Amino acid sequence: MTALPFVLLAVAVIAGYTINRMAAKSIRDGGSRLHSMASYHGMFSALVILVPVLTFILLWLLLQGTVIDRLVMGALPDGALEGLDSGGVQLVLSEIKSISRGQVFGTPESWKLEAAEHHAALQTKAGWLLVASVAVISLLLLGFARSRVAAEFRARQGVEGIVSGLMIFCSTVAIFTTIGIIVSLSYETLRFLDRVPLYEFLFGLNWEPQIPLREDQVAAEGAFGWIPVILGTIVITVIALVVAVPVGLFSAIYLNEFAPRKLRAVVKPLLEILAGVPTVVYGFFAILVVAPAIRSFGQSIGLDVAPNTALAAGSVMGIMLIPFISSFADDALSAVPRALRDGALGLGATRGEMMTTVLFPAALPGIVGGVLLAVSRAIGETMIVVMAAGLIAKMTINPLDSVTTVTVQIVTLLIGDTSFDNPKTLAAFALGMMLFLVTLMINIFALRIVRKYREAYD
Amino acid sequence: MTDTAHPSGPSGKKNTADIVAASLKRRRRKQARLQWIGLGAISIAFVMLFILVASLLSTGWHAFTQTHLTLDVYVDPEEIREEKLPRGGFDDALGASLGAILPDADMEDRKTRKAVEGILSNGAQFELRDLVEADPSLIGQTITMTVPVSDPYDQLNKGLIKRDTPEENRRVKDREIAWFDALKEQGAISKPFNWALFTNADSRFPELAGLKGALVGSFWALLTCFLVSFPLGIGAAIYLEEFAPKNKLSDFIEVNINNLAAVPSVVFGLLALAVFIGWFGLPRSAPFVGGLTLALMTMPTIIIATRAALKAVPPSIREAALGIGASKQQMIFHHVLPLAAPGILTGTIIGLAQALGETAPLLLIGMNAFITSAASSPFESATALPTQIFIWADSPERGFVSRTSAAILVLLGFLVMMNAIAIYLRQKFERKW
Amino acid sequence: MTNMQKIERDIGITDTKISARNVNVHYGATHAIKDVNVDIADKTVTAFIGPSGCGKSTFLRCMNRMNDTIDICRVTGKIELDGRDINAKSVDPVQLRAQVGMVFQKPNPFPKSIYDNIAYGPRIHGLAKSKADLDEIVEKALRRGAIWDEVKDRLDQPGTGLSGGQQQRLCIARAVATEPEVLLMDEPCSALDPIATSQVEELIDELKQNYSVVIVTHSMQQAARVSQKTAFFHLGTLVEFGDTSQIFTNPTDPRTESYITGRIG
Repeated sequence: MTALPFVLLAVAVIAGYTINRMAAKSIRDGGSRLHSMASYHGMFSALVILVPVLTFILLWLLLQGTVIDRLVMGALPDGALEGLDSGGVQLVLSEIKSISRGQVFGTPESWKLEAAEHHAALQTKAGWLLVASVAVISLLLLGFARSRVAAEFRARQGVEGIVSGLMIFCSTVAIFTTIGIIVSLSYETLRFLDRVPLYEFLFGLNWEPQIPLREDQVAAEGAFGWIPVILGTIVITVIALVVAVPVGLFSAIYLNEFAPRKLRAVVKPLLEILAGVPTVVYGFFAILVVAPAIRSFGQSIGLDVAPNTALAAGSVMGIMLIPFISSFADDALSAVPRALRDGALGLGATRGEMMTTVLFPAALPGIVGGVLLAVSRAIGETMIVVMAAGLIAKMTINPLDSVTTVTVQIVTLLIGDTSFDNPKTLAAFALGMMLFLVTLMINIFALRIVRKYREAYD
Repeated sequence: MTDTAHPSGPSGKKNTADIVAASLKRRRRKQARLQWIGLGAISIAFVMLFILVASLLSTGWHAFTQTHLTLDVYVDPEEIREEKLPRGGFDDALGASLGAILPDADMEDRKTRKAVEGILSNGAQFELRDLVEADPSLIGQTITMTVPVSDPYDQLNKGLIKRDTPEENRRVKDREIAWFDALKEQGAISKPFNWALFTNADSRFPELAGLKGALVGSFWALLTCFLVSFPLGIGAAIYLEEFAPKNKLSDFIEVNINNLAAVPSVVFGLLALAVFIGWFGLPRSAPFVGGLTLALMTMPTIIIATRAALKAVPPSIREAALGIGASKQQMIFHHVLPLAAPGILTGTIIGLAQALGETAPLLLIGMNAFITSAASSPFESATALPTQIFIWADSPERGFVSRTSAAILVLLGFLVMMNAIAIYLRQKFERKW
Repeated sequence: MTNMQKIERDIGITDTKISARNVNVHYGATHAIKDVNVDIADKTVTAFIGPSGCGKSTFLRCMNRMNDTIDICRVTGKIELDGRDINAKSVDPVQLRAQVGMVFQKPNPFPKSIYDNIAYGPRIHGLAKSKADLDEIVEKALRRGAIWDEVKDRLDQPGTGLSGGQQQRLCIARAVATEPEVLLMDEPCSALDPIATSQVEELIDELKQNYSVVIVTHSMQQAARVSQKTAFFHLGTLVEFGDTSQIFTNPTDPRTESYITGRIG
């Protein structure tokens, strides 16, 4: 059913191409000199059909679900949804949908069965409507394209114009993505701020997003101060950097200046492997190996280590960042012109002195940019901390204790629960907004440094 | 050059060579120290990589075999009746047949019966049901079946449960160990390759859980991701690299793409949750939505790689094409793009490899649901490899530890393969102009 | 060897600072320098001339073992500084380079202050005993580099902010600050304008009072202006070596004559 409009479109495109191409050929065979080659006439027709119809189909499919849901819910008998919050409404809707797919559990109320039938009927109707629309539009476009075939028609320019337009559209997708991120995050964040004052969110020292499920639950009040969450993020980020920066920088120094060529040829790809390991794997590594090791080591010297200590998540995150920092630093060191190396060596510096007194300081801006990007990665890194860090926000900077991070909270708040109207869900978006802003600022700053640095030596 | 052999400088001051010679040893030591620290740093990275791989292999290899029990099952007509199919006492039939060959198993005792039935995997009764359903004439006969044993016995057989731990701390009691040893002695226990790991979808029982659902889900998601990000990425890259006027707008797009590449993945998850699922009403947990999300993340990678590949095509080729009267688009699509293709493909494969391992955004759009069948279209609920790893890593049953490691090994296997293809392409088609 | 003896006689009066015998250099598979024999006299300016790619810079870099820094480069033969083989195992290139300073084709000041640029060599080698000592060395070097008056008020500003000619003089001053015995200059004026070039040339003329200077140049006029001895390289071989006046007025080898009269180059 979903495939049918696409098949129709494909047929129309091929038909358009063939018809126009043959038409153009016959003009040429008739003795006229074509401005564009016949295949361009064909291509013109194909594109004129493909682009609008494909856009139409995709938009239709994107919106069809929402429209049908609205119609179905609107047609429910009065009072059916009385007393339900939006979460409850969602639940009813999904039950109706699953009934209409034929998955019936228990004995649903009759109005639900009716609604399900309504739903199914609307879907079928929508499907045929789409097919019909596609057919009509395709035919119209086919006719339009055919009417343009003429000896003097600039089909190539037409094709190139359409292709240009498509490419411009492609490059704006990046902008739309950014806009999408900003708009969606801001929208949900504003809704969150309707319920929780901005002041409390930014400066509150308590983060307890367990909001009451029923009116009479008093114990869980819910507190949304993000300070302990960001503090936990900072603790883990600092631990990660303490591991990654020295190891990464010294590896880069060694690889760039001292490593024999053969060793370098082995080490570089292996570091790339380390960089390519998905973070979920590092997360499992943290809980399987690192956390127990740290804990038993801590116990052996009489320290009280939390099972999900920040040290485990942080140090594993550090391991993840080693190749990132090392390859960035290696690139920055390689970007320093050879003339400076020669200058130092020519004055009788040892290679070590040349590295520490000339090469490294000269590469420092680039390296700092890389480290900043690593910071932004550490702040935004999710899986390692979701698996290995804690869930409870604490005002502590003790690395042996368990802390939580912004990303952990986002994921735990959103796993399972989807209704968009309680502060718990919205809080995740508010945290996401802060995360986006913080990392964006660091990234812009870091990328600017790196760019300036590259320009300085180009 | 020793100092004695060298005459002192004219001014009576010690000359440079002598001063340098005196401090040379110290300076050399300093450099050696720097080198050793560097070597140490690299070793740390590699020791970590080694521990990572070693721990995965040492826990993961167990999951590639599964302990099975071969059993003669009497399909008891008292328990299983044709007219009641597919319901029936399949578990009791299996238990009775098993109890008959075990020493000291008093099947009248409820507790004992429970324990005997617990030797077999929960999946065994369904396997028997499917057999009988397919051929009801089996009722009343004795058939030979090879079925997986339950997780504790699998662990016991693989030596993961230590027999010398005190009984109260052990999941398999002394009596049960005796039963198992008896079965082993009868030659009923085997440990074949665990095909179920690839042919089963997820399950609550470790011995039945497999990766099929996750593999299929990942496939749909990657396919969607590729179909969306590849054309968009290449289109954008060609425009930005070849056509875009150098103005504020293209600068802005450029900065935008670079920043997008560094936005935390979880933010893309939030975007997908709010826009794709919340506003457009696309289904939750669907690989299609996952693929769209991954596509947005992969696009910057593809754009950057494509631009680099286009840049590497020398101007002489462009000039040659333009010189014989090709339009700018013809020049690019006929001459530049084919030459840049290996670089573009390499970048795309690397981008897809990253997408394959990406977890956080998929969690937010619900691809961590518990789904026991493989998706047959990208719009059905599914998990993906990395989210399956996350689910299993979170599961309390011991048997899931080795499953998780095994799943990671499978994921890493795919990543290594994709990267190997990328490296191969890069080397095979690498051109030096 | 008869040729060699002739050269010895020509140099005659002054001491030999560096002597090279049968030097060969290979870059990977390329044979860049073939059997070069040459003697560099003390307190003299020696110019290496020849068409580009003839190996003159490569040979220059052999004399302070800068070619060690290039992986694929292999040097054979004997080069002696004051009678000692500089390629011997016992010789540390660091010490050698402190004795044999080098100035490069493109000015390459470090991204540090002018003061720190000059003080770099003395600092790493530990030549100054105190801050005052170091100040004195820096001032002396800058004066010798004929740039003191231009920079004395802004010693703390970055060396990269100077003009091209100033940068090159700064680099020469940086090289002389370590009190080397030989100064190698690899086309030091190729990136400079005529005014800066003449300043550097004057400087070279002054430096020969204390040092043995070897300068690679592709400008024959420059070689004629600043040097007392000239060596002509062609395709990796040393074609002719002698007094500058003799090379330019009365070359013995036809190839030298062709080059000097502009027929090859």
